[in-house]
Amino acid sequence: MKQQTIGALINEYPFIIDFFQQNRLDVSGHENTTFAAFLAKLGEEELEDKAIDIQNLPGELESYITQMSDFLGIEKTNVVQSLIILPGQDKNGQAEDFEQLEIFPSQIVSIVGPTGSGKSRLLADIEWAAQGDTPTGRSIRINRSVPDSKWRYSPNNKLVAQLSQNMNFVMDISAGEFVKLHAESRMVQNPDEIAKEILESANRLAGEPFSSDTAVTNLSGGQSRALMIADTAILSSSPIVLIDEIENAGIDRRKALELLVSQDKIVLMATHDPLLALMADRRIVIRNGGIHAVLQTTPEEKDLLTDLDKIDAVMQNARQMLRMGDTLRREEIFA
Amino acid sequence: MNLTIVSGPPSSGKTSIILKTIDAFQRRGLSVGVVKFDCLHTDDDLRYKKAGIPVKKGLSGALCPDHFFASNIEDVVEWGKREGLNLLITESAGLCNRCSPYLMGIKGICVIDNLSGINTPKKIGPMLKSADIVVITKGDIVSQAEREVFASRVSTVNPRAMVLHVNGLSGQGAYELSTLLYDETQNLESVQGMKLRFPMPSAMCSYCLGETRIGESFQLGNTKKMVWEEDET
Repeated sequence: MKQQTIGALINEYPFIIDFFQQNRLDVSGHENTTFAAFLAKLGEEELEDKAIDIQNLPGELESYITQMSDFLGIEKTNVVQSLIILPGQDKNGQAEDFEQLEIFPSQIVSIVGPTGSGKSRLLADIEWAAQGDTPTGRSIRINRSVPDSKWRYSPNNKLVAQLSQNMNFVMDISAGEFVKLHAESRMVQNPDEIAKEILESANRLAGEPFSSDTAVTNLSGGQSRALMIADTAILSSSPIVLIDEIENAGIDRRKALELLVSQDKIVLMATHDPLLALMADRRIVIRNGGIHAVLQTTPEEKDLLTDLDKIDAVMQNARQMLRMGDTLRREEIFA
Repeated sequence: MNLTIVSGPPSSGKTSIILKTIDAFQRRGLSVGVVKFDCLHTDDDLRYKKAGIPVKKGLSGALCPDHFFASNIEDVVEWGKREGLNLLITESAGLCNRCSPYLMGIKGICVIDNLSGINTPKKIGPMLKSADIVVITKGDIVSQAEREVFASRVSTVNPRAMVLHVNGLSGQGAYELSTLLYDETQNLESVQGMKLRFPMPSAMCSYCLGETRIGESFQLGNTKKMVWEEDET
């Protein structure tokens, strides 16, 4: 790698252009020299002005190439086919009362429990791929074996993507540009197509449609959540998605969950909304920092869900009619 | 004693992250102390005191805070040893994003937040580039996509660093960070003779020395002019 010219390196690893840009190095016109030779030619003033560290940069370029090649390579084999949570103890040192909890892709598990009961800790245990070395003493298994350390330490391989209530877009760009930017950072082959797919999916979830030109900061609450969910489902590198309460307004929550599940994500969802909690086949009950129980959704609960759905449909219907400027009438709402 | 140097832009969440991390250490029965460096003012020492953590603060006042750090770190380490600490953490705000207080052989942590915008990693110099661990904060209020883009930009600028997301409010990730900061086998006696990882700018001009008047004839020492070319776009 050290003997190759900058031009040859760019040919072989196109992504290093980003490395040069982010490190404020203008290599254009120097394609025929090696990186070390390029650095050697920089004047002392420029080195100091731009705070360039010529000693370490060649090594960093190598690390970057290795890391990105790994990332692009493992992407395909990065599949999580099974997530197992092994019990630890609660805040009082009481052992958690379950044998093991195994979750497969496309499954939804809901998490219930009062605020501060330990939901964040459970999530952190998964995110860190705990090996009995966190305060709960829980262990995580990925694909039924002890997880690779890359899940802990590599910046581009995070196990968990998070969607929470108070998340916002802070960038001031259009929805289309935003998604494309994310796609480019993930090095996908066809950023334009992916961006289009995400926007279409997001529009199917959102009550009110938006275009790719809409600024992300101008999206309504429902539209932002729809875009975040579609983007996470289709583009996020993380195989596990944690959702912290999806609000009801302006988004089709059922379709949102279906979208995540259709992308082979493992979905963990903290919620107290019966419509969502009962959609999962299992739910984790958290109490006093520990997993108190893992419940199966009973046939009666599934049956009840149909009735609760009807009640919800009535509310949705009324909301839609209000939005359209109609006058609400009993026979139409309960139709 | 172990030493960790924490640095990061103002208001990026350094103090909150350190407090949550120390919480994890206290449960293990380890004693941790903090020295907080700032420029003109800080009340962060009160937050540490309130949590029962031994703390000292150093205000650089008229001096560049990173220069001030370098000239005081020896005494800081002496203090930590007198206090009988297991771990001493120094916290300082990078003000112009050009310098960094990290020492060779001492763990250096840079704290930056997602809200600072995706072009920030490119703008921050050695403070981010030469850190061993980069802690990204405020992830709970930005979208997952922005978290991912931000983290990938950070690792483009500093491919060797370990990148961690830590939430300064809920403490999510702070325990994990604590496992990376303390090494039982390490015993630091002094930092005398150690070297900064990156030299500070060689600025020494008339304005450094108190000059206030504007004009070519008042400018002495290391000065620099912008380039004004006619065809510049």
